[in-house]
Amino acid sequence: MLLIQCPYCGPRPELEFAYAGQAHVARPADPSATTPDQWTEFLYLRNNTRGIHAERWRHVRGCARFFNALRDTTTDHFLATYRAGEPMPVLPMGQKP
Amino acid sequence: MSGRRIEQGGRVERSRAIRFTFDGKGYSGFAGDTLASALLANGVQVFGRSFKYHRPRGVFAAGSEEPNALVTVMRDEARCTPNLRATQVELYDGLVARSQNRWPSLDFDVQAVNDLMSPLLPAAFYYKTFMWPRAAWHKVYEPIIRRAAGLGEPPTLPDPDRYSQRFAHCDVLVVGAGPAGIAAALTASASGARVMLCDEQPEFGGSLLDEPTASIDGATAADWIRNSIATLRSRANVTLLTRTTAFGYFPHNLIGLNERITEHLAAPPTDRPRERLWQVRAARVVIAAGSIERPLVFPGNDRPGVMLASAARTYLHRYGVAVGQNIVLVTGSDAAYSAALDLHAAGVRVALIADVRADAAGAPLDIARQAGIDVVTGATVLGTRGRLGVREVTIGVLGRGAVNDTRRVKCDALLVSGGYTPSVHLFSQSRGKLEFNEARQAFLPSISAEPESSAGSCRGIDGYAQVLNDGARVGAESALATGHSVATQEYRVQVHEFSMHGLPGVLPQANHLQPSRAFVDFQNDVTTKDLALAMREGFESVEHIKRYTTTGMATDQGKTSNMNALAFVASELGRTIPKVGLTTFRMPYTPVTFGIFAGYDRGDLFDPVRTTPMHDWAVQQGAVFEDVGQWKRARYFPRPGEDMHAAVDRECQAVRAGVGLFDASTLGKIEVVGPDAATFLSRLYVNGFATLAVGRSRYGILLRDDGFIYDDGVIARIAEDRFHVTTTTGGAARVFGMMEDYLQTEWPDLQCWLTSTTEQWAVIAVQGPRARDVLAPLVSDVDLAAAAMPHLGVTQGRICGVPMRLFRMSFTGELGYEVNVPADYGLAVWEAIHASGQSHGITPYGTETMHVLRAEKGYIIVGQETDGTVTPDDAGLGWAIAKSKPDFVGKRSLARETMHAPDRKQLVGLLTADPRVVLEEGAQIIATPGQHAPMKMIGHVTSAYHSAVLGRSIALALVRGGRARIGETLYVPMPGGEIAVQVTATVFYDVEGARLHG
Repeated sequence: MLLIQCPYCGPRPELEFAYAGQAHVARPADPSATTPDQWTEFLYLRNNTRGIHAERWRHVRGCARFFNALRDTTTDHFLATYRAGEPMPVLPMGQKP
Repeated sequence: MSGRRIEQGGRVERSRAIRFTFDGKGYSGFAGDTLASALLANGVQVFGRSFKYHRPRGVFAAGSEEPNALVTVMRDEARCTPNLRATQVELYDGLVARSQNRWPSLDFDVQAVNDLMSPLLPAAFYYKTFMWPRAAWHKVYEPIIRRAAGLGEPPTLPDPDRYSQRFAHCDVLVVGAGPAGIAAALTASASGARVMLCDEQPEFGGSLLDEPTASIDGATAADWIRNSIATLRSRANVTLLTRTTAFGYFPHNLIGLNERITEHLAAPPTDRPRERLWQVRAARVVIAAGSIERPLVFPGNDRPGVMLASAARTYLHRYGVAVGQNIVLVTGSDAAYSAALDLHAAGVRVALIADVRADAAGAPLDIARQAGIDVVTGATVLGTRGRLGVREVTIGVLGRGAVNDTRRVKCDALLVSGGYTPSVHLFSQSRGKLEFNEARQAFLPSISAEPESSAGSCRGIDGYAQVLNDGARVGAESALATGHSVATQEYRVQVHEFSMHGLPGVLPQANHLQPSRAFVDFQNDVTTKDLALAMREGFESVEHIKRYTTTGMATDQGKTSNMNALAFVASELGRTIPKVGLTTFRMPYTPVTFGIFAGYDRGDLFDPVRTTPMHDWAVQQGAVFEDVGQWKRARYFPRPGEDMHAAVDRECQAVRAGVGLFDASTLGKIEVVGPDAATFLSRLYVNGFATLAVGRSRYGILLRDDGFIYDDGVIARIAEDRFHVTTTTGGAARVFGMMEDYLQTEWPDLQCWLTSTTEQWAVIAVQGPRARDVLAPLVSDVDLAAAAMPHLGVTQGRICGVPMRLFRMSFTGELGYEVNVPADYGLAVWEAIHASGQSHGITPYGTETMHVLRAEKGYIIVGQETDGTVTPDDAGLGWAIAKSKPDFVGKRSLARETMHAPDRKQLVGLLTADPRVVLEEGAQIIATPGQHAPMKMIGHVTSAYHSAVLGRSIALALVRGGRARIGETLYVPMPGGEIAVQVTATVFYDVEGARLHG
């Protein structure tokens, strides 16, 4: 069971959280203006990352808030967690998703 | 008879005799014995029959690594635990144990014929032989194989015991309480860090318990253990757990511990759980798991009486049992000499020490020879004899690649040792990287993946002083890593000990080109022959060889077999051991009962049960319930003599003709509040809410951004900035989650707050032409007249003096109201309405009737008429979409071309040609009769009922281009023949909707 740092509550066990998909997939401001390809990309296309993945979690059985995380999918180690709306933090080693 | 209790020594309590039975025969042992030590003391040599060949097997080890001596311990029919290692079963008065995998008896087993047929039963024999006919596998082959090849049998009754679960946090968790673990716990806890120390054995001390003559800092080993544990126990920051196995290493330093609380007691107290699961989150883990002696691989090495040298020493020093009267030791390590020397000192005859190393020399050999023991070097074992136990061993002496000299030596126990394999199981489970150490011929921990450290012999440290000092150092370092500072400690140790270094355990044979039938994996009956066959058949990856031969895949997880299998494969393939590589270590370290994982989550506590405030009333009325998610909902209220069909018909007629009462409390309810509440709902739902007046409600449809229906419900505007949103019963949680997602992450600028109020409101639906008459005498501050309170009107007032939100709405097509009152008043108000309705013939109805009534009106149920691929237009709900809105969730997807294709599946009604036939929900629909499989399926039935008011069956269906097919005849192929149906509109009753506005 992973130990996840909620940016609002601190470290909590995985069973308090729900995974919520890839992070930084912004809904287009005016969806009607998107091309079919752009809309398809937004709706369906996601990364399948081996390495650092930016993803959303929700502390659903805690503060109930959504936040973002950088997790290494090969080790399950969380490199950073940060609040929704905040920019993706720069990692010490300069790694990027 | 070979083993016996010696006159003195051991840690057993000789004053406390314990009676027990094994295979129905009574025996006596001492308090402190294990089943294995007590049976050995009684001269028992055969403990069980092997998995595949049914060969007689004895006890091979003294700890959790035991591969052979698996037994069933029976307390009663419900408490019958199979596959326990006799070496770990603590003796208690009245213990009843049975051997396994034998019939009719241990000494005479019919299926031992398998052993004679062993040339016919090679690796993967079952895969190769029972290929066809395919149908025979389940009916014939598998049952026979399962009976013949198997281990113990599970209990026949449900488990009556309690299993508990606990979470714990600590700074340093020390796994293993041998010398390294105790030393680590002592230094770490002296720093003030919170320390947990666990060990799988009933007492702490590990291998030190086998060292009666050792002294540590001037105290005997036993006194040092006692004092150290007393010190630890006196510290408030220390938790000590015996009989507790660290079975799994999970991510982020979560360790699973299995504590066995009452298994060792003759009369387990009823107020204690039988076992406990600990989930320990540790800042640092110290693995002090020790090491396990490696067997030697030679022909006949599985005969009862062949045993690890370290095990013989444990039986001698811990239990006062000599495992034989006349023993032979075959060894590839110095350490094993201690076993022969100690048994010799205890008066046991040591017939021969056969050292397999040609260059063996030095202290242990000199001491043995001085004691008058015959020692040969460069030896190998060519075979053993003895039907139910070893009686003779044939030793060969190698020289220049050939066997020069053979001799037969009589013995009743054959001790073996190939050196020691460090226990890296937990380290490997933590995803740490192992490295092969040539000098030790072993894999040792190298790079950590988690915050942990190995200490002592599990990381290849040899010698008690070094192990103790390593433990102390690692304990101090681990405490420091958690912010607790302490000095490490140096121990002074006096002990007779020899090096644990060894060699790969497969002994050379006279004709080494012909792999002999020597056992590598005792529990799964895998021999060198099987491994060689696998390689001949082309398997080269050790992971494939493992799976093909099943070596290392038994319940012992290959604790004694993996290194020897690996060494044999490496030498056959002509590669080095690290090139061949290790198979993955998997949890659990030793088998763990399902009970601790289930914990309290069984029976009534398996899943939460949600009931409405009126639940007990419905129970008293004899309602039949159905599960809707976690909710219990009344399905119908049968009267004496009624079946479901009759009850539902009566309930339907009552609602259509008079008035019915329905518990709708399970509907999801979300209070949406704030200056931007209307904007928020308009962006989410397809409908417009900006124009919805206070005191009005609207049927809302929620899509996902892919354009498909996600949920529906009625949304009422209670005030300018306050909406009462209802969702489907099953969709409540996910709709709330979706709303929070959009509000928090897409539109965080909106001033709007969401509160789930599902369980705060009791909802009583009063439906039917007489509904107004029933409610009128009960309400105050409310005008029920149609002009003041039209269809979809909403008002607040009181009912029976209780505050109420009253919705005029209908899921039946009749005049209807939904009375929302605070949940605590639900039952009282329900009873008042029921009483008031008596003069109108008010009839409580359930979900089945609700389903029929709404289907007569063509109202959909999300999840029944929809399946995640249905758009509002598909469902005939295109009218609900506010076309003028610039955007709502799903709008862009609805603009996709394919969403308007004329051949999309659309919701239609179906009427069977025979009005008595009710279609099956889920049945497929075809356009032309007489098709053969594969038929061209153009749709499926989503709902089908008998309609009492129409006096015939009705159905709803999703059909390709369905609305254009209205009037056509389609067919529903069923096992009894095709059913002709006519396509109709979705509304079967009161098409104009006049009744709704009554």
